Amino acid sequence: MVQLYHRYGALLATLLIAATAIWVLMMVVLPYLVMAEYSFHPNLPMTQQGGPNDVYTLSNYASLFSGIDLLNGELPDDFRVFLRTIWGSTLVTFISLVVCYPVAWHLAKAAKPEQVGLLILLLIIPFWINEILRTFAWYIILAYNGPLNSALLGMGLLDKPYRWLSGSGGVLIGMTYAFILFMMFPLINAIETLDISQVEAARDLGAPEWQIHRRIVIPHAKPGIAVGSIMVFVLAASSYIVPAVLGSPGTRWFTETIYIWFFEGQDWPRGSAYAFILLGLCVVFILSVMRIFRVGLTDIAK
Amino acid sequence: MRKLTGSDILIRAYLVLFFFFLLAPLGVMVIATFNSSRFPTVTPWLGTTTKWFDALFNDPQMWEGLVNSLIVGVAVVLVSVPLGTAAAMVLDNLHRQARTFVYAVMVSPLLTPGVIIGISTLVFWDRLGVKGGLHLAVIGQSSFITAYIMLMVLARLQRLDRSQEEAALDLGASHPQVFRKILLPYLRSSLVAGGVLAFFQSFENYNTTLFTRGTDITLTIYIASKVRTGLTPAVNALGVILIALTIVGAVGYEIMRRREVARAAAARRQAELEEIPANALVIADAH
Repeated sequence: MVQLYHRYGALLATLLIAATAIWVLMMVVLPYLVMAEYSFHPNLPMTQQGGPNDVYTLSNYASLFSGIDLLNGELPDDFRVFLRTIWGSTLVTFISLVVCYPVAWHLAKAAKPEQVGLLILLLIIPFWINEILRTFAWYIILAYNGPLNSALLGMGLLDKPYRWLSGSGGVLIGMTYAFILFMMFPLINAIETLDISQVEAARDLGAPEWQIHRRIVIPHAKPGIAVGSIMVFVLAASSYIVPAVLGSPGTRWFTETIYIWFFEGQDWPRGSAYAFILLGLCVVFILSVMRIFRVGLTDIAK
Repeated sequence: MRKLTGSDILIRAYLVLFFFFLLAPLGVMVIATFNSSRFPTVTPWLGTTTKWFDALFNDPQMWEGLVNSLIVGVAVVLVSVPLGTAAAMVLDNLHRQARTFVYAVMVSPLLTPGVIIGISTLVFWDRLGVKGGLHLAVIGQSSFITAYIMLMVLARLQRLDRSQEEAALDLGASHPQVFRKILLPYLRSSLVAGGVLAFFQSFENYNTTLFTRGTDITLTIYIASKVRTGLTPAVNALGVILIALTIVGAVGYEIMRRREVARAAAARRQAELEEIPANALVIADAH
């Protein structure tokens, strides 16, 4: 701080600190705190807010879990949606990792440099195209009378058209498609820094290919795997447009539940509580991954 | 030239499949634009047409969304570039312990889901009596776009040779002069790159905008509402235009980057190239 005043003078330094404070306090910290506080209020009409009924309560959080009956296997709707979101996001993350790894390895180390430039460009283009448009493309493909059903019927693989958009399949495919490149680029960045002579040494000493990956490449790629997994999981868990377009009422996502509480149920405190639960889910996932892969925050925002 | 082994063929086949999976859906969407069918599809083909472009251009809602997106994008640049630069300078001057903590707070919006940034912005300003609208979309988007600018400026700031500023001060330069004549020119390339990226981040933002927009529409909100209700291939026509612009942008960016690489290699300033933190680019796009 002393340095800041020394170099730029009192007026400028004060302005810089004020600008920083506006961002950090008014746009980051306070909105979180206010949302958290709000989520502990009951949903009251405007006139009763701040009145005797406006006491702190856990009911907005409890409502997600109330009605769970493990003995009879009964789950309340919102909780079912919550579980589906966790499970689906985990699955999308895992599929993305498995699908990306061979491509990332090839682009980072195996392919010729002049090829890599073109292939990276082919990755960047869809990566820059809006998520909504990429989701919409799958909506066309998976439609009942769409090209996928036509092709499968034509090849004789299906007897009658399949309803791709009525189960969770469409949502999972769409999410994998929308977020897979968030796994690809961190993986490529991580594998690129590997010293290829390690791989050559292992090969010369007779290590089979899968051993090279298991013992050298994958351990080296850990930070990339961690960053990619965090990105894909958080994006999938908090995606609104993909389940909204490719899902059906039976495959609702937690973000849709939050949206409904806010704008259809007009229950903002409960919507805030659910948003906070979603944030908690993401934080737990991020912290677990950082712990398992032993990476720090600076590695992630590198 | 070494002979192709079985695993080479396998990986090649895999790559072809992967890129087919990546690009074919976009191809389908583009082709569906030119189908005469009332509903966006490629099967059955009911005749080739460009009428969906006319339909798009005659839709006043699309123009309203486009204009709003441009306004919001410019506003986000004007908010996030100064704030991000100030934050980077303050962070750069903090001592070790405070620095780690403040850094964590500052990058947290990059890891927070866009919908939650939107919701917290909405709730916070509602309690202060400010309702949703384009202005709130600007605030919500700037919350995480500023973090991104901060990282870009910080990366460059850390390589600034401070003795330049010291020398200027010793030679009698005023404080504003040090800022204007040394720091700003040094940061210029980061600020320009940051501004461009901030604009595009804003332009394609959906999640944060969804909760903060009130009843205003931006282009992404327009596309999403068309995809969900009242779907015609006019949406595809918009998709085709956006894809074309993206390709031009991506190719242009790639050419510029390669020129930069060549120039830097010649001047042996390789370090300067790692200016834009690689993962931060990925993270910023996530919203």
